[in-house]
Amino acid sequence: MKRDTIQGYKRPDGSVGIRNHVAIIPTVACANGVADMIGREVKGTVPLLHGHGCGRALEIGMHTSALAGMGKNPNVSGVIVIGLGCETISVEAIASEIAQTGKPVETFVIQNEGGSRKTAAKGIRSARKMVENAAGMKRMECPLESITIGLECGGSDAFSGITANPAVGVVSDWLVDAGGTVILTENTEMIGTSHILSRRAKTPEVAQRIVQIVEAAEKRTKDILGPLASYVIAPGNMDGGMSSIQEKSLGCICKAGSRPINEVVEYGRNPKGKGLVILDGPGYDMESMAGLGAAGCQLIIFTTGRGTPCGFPIIPVIKLSSTSRLFFAMEDDMDVNAGSVLEGVSLEHIAEEIIDLSIDVMNGRKSKAEVNRQGGILCLYATTPAF
Amino acid sequence: MKPNVIIIKEQDNVAVALEDIPEGGTVTLLDGNEFIARESIPYSHKVALVDIQQGMVVLKYGEAIGYALGDIKKGAWVHTHNLTIEGITV
Repeated sequence: MKRDTIQGYKRPDGSVGIRNHVAIIPTVACANGVADMIGREVKGTVPLLHGHGCGRALEIGMHTSALAGMGKNPNVSGVIVIGLGCETISVEAIASEIAQTGKPVETFVIQNEGGSRKTAAKGIRSARKMVENAAGMKRMECPLESITIGLECGGSDAFSGITANPAVGVVSDWLVDAGGTVILTENTEMIGTSHILSRRAKTPEVAQRIVQIVEAAEKRTKDILGPLASYVIAPGNMDGGMSSIQEKSLGCICKAGSRPINEVVEYGRNPKGKGLVILDGPGYDMESMAGLGAAGCQLIIFTTGRGTPCGFPIIPVIKLSSTSRLFFAMEDDMDVNAGSVLEGVSLEHIAEEIIDLSIDVMNGRKSKAEVNRQGGILCLYATTPAF
Repeated sequence: MKPNVIIIKEQDNVAVALEDIPEGGTVTLLDGNEFIARESIPYSHKVALVDIQQGMVVLKYGEAIGYALGDIKKGAWVHTHNLTIEGITV
């Protein structure tokens, strides 16, 4: 199979999409109903329903850039932004940032249009045009280096770090060596390993930043959980045999392979360069994947030991089971059985299987989370309570 | 006998069970060495490969994952009841 190019959609800003979604982005949760109406009515659109956009001070900038990032994501061909009218995050702030990519953006504000049904009717007309326009776009040969893969692990068990995660590490090294970008995130799952990660930083500044974000994750965990911080592991993980965060972290960071870490990017932002990147984001899978989406990932590789069906609205998610037991128990949700490592299959062999499937998925094949419509809602990270 | 545990790095003092190992059951390593499980080791949990004295580091991935809360005998189940991460980072 040809592995240095993929068949993707070329965007006006030079980025390459592996999907061609029309995104309906509500600025605020109050506009979710209208976004949902449009999404239900027009096939080919993806409503990015979420719970934010107002009632918070600290997160305005982060949420604005994260929502704009969804629209800027290369997997999106056009965007309709739905606002309420009195929310903190403005339609203009999101739409103008997305418009810089050159893709079509239209905005509708419920309080200006005369209510939800009238707004939805206008949105539906625009969405139909955008979907028709998108249907005329053809996949073209594009370089692999235009691809960014986000790494995720959720519901880990003791085997995630032995089978699935080290196999993904081989895939990460492959894409970085091919000139592409790989993003490791989930700061809480790096706790206790900053000394290992910072050794791999490209510059002393990046090393310092890695230590800072991991220390901040540690402090936040302590502040939130107190004495239980030592065991900041979901009960499912503990049942799976993990005894400490360090143990889980070591198994988590091996997803990022062995190449130098070029930069640390803020949640809601895009990396400046290519290669291996760390995204400053939380350990909660859904919020973590939203950070990866905003950072421009076209594909997410997600390892799991206990089993999770979650996908992401605009990004194909490939699921790797850490054991054969899980693979066969949740076969409808698992794409690759990395558990065969325990039966004597080499990590390199599993990595080849992941790469082959990734290229197929980049070229249009649906991942199981896509087949199962497991996109769900957009969960954005927040650190302060609402007022 | 077929190995029923996996050792990730050679310097590790715990191994991960590939199947539920009952109390008194045999732990079989890849190199063929065997010893007896002192208690039941659930699938995907850790078993001590050597005697680990109180306060000694428990090593997995070749790195410290915690300290022994008390003396842990070879063949014992190693988990949150006898492993602390106090003094490492969190």
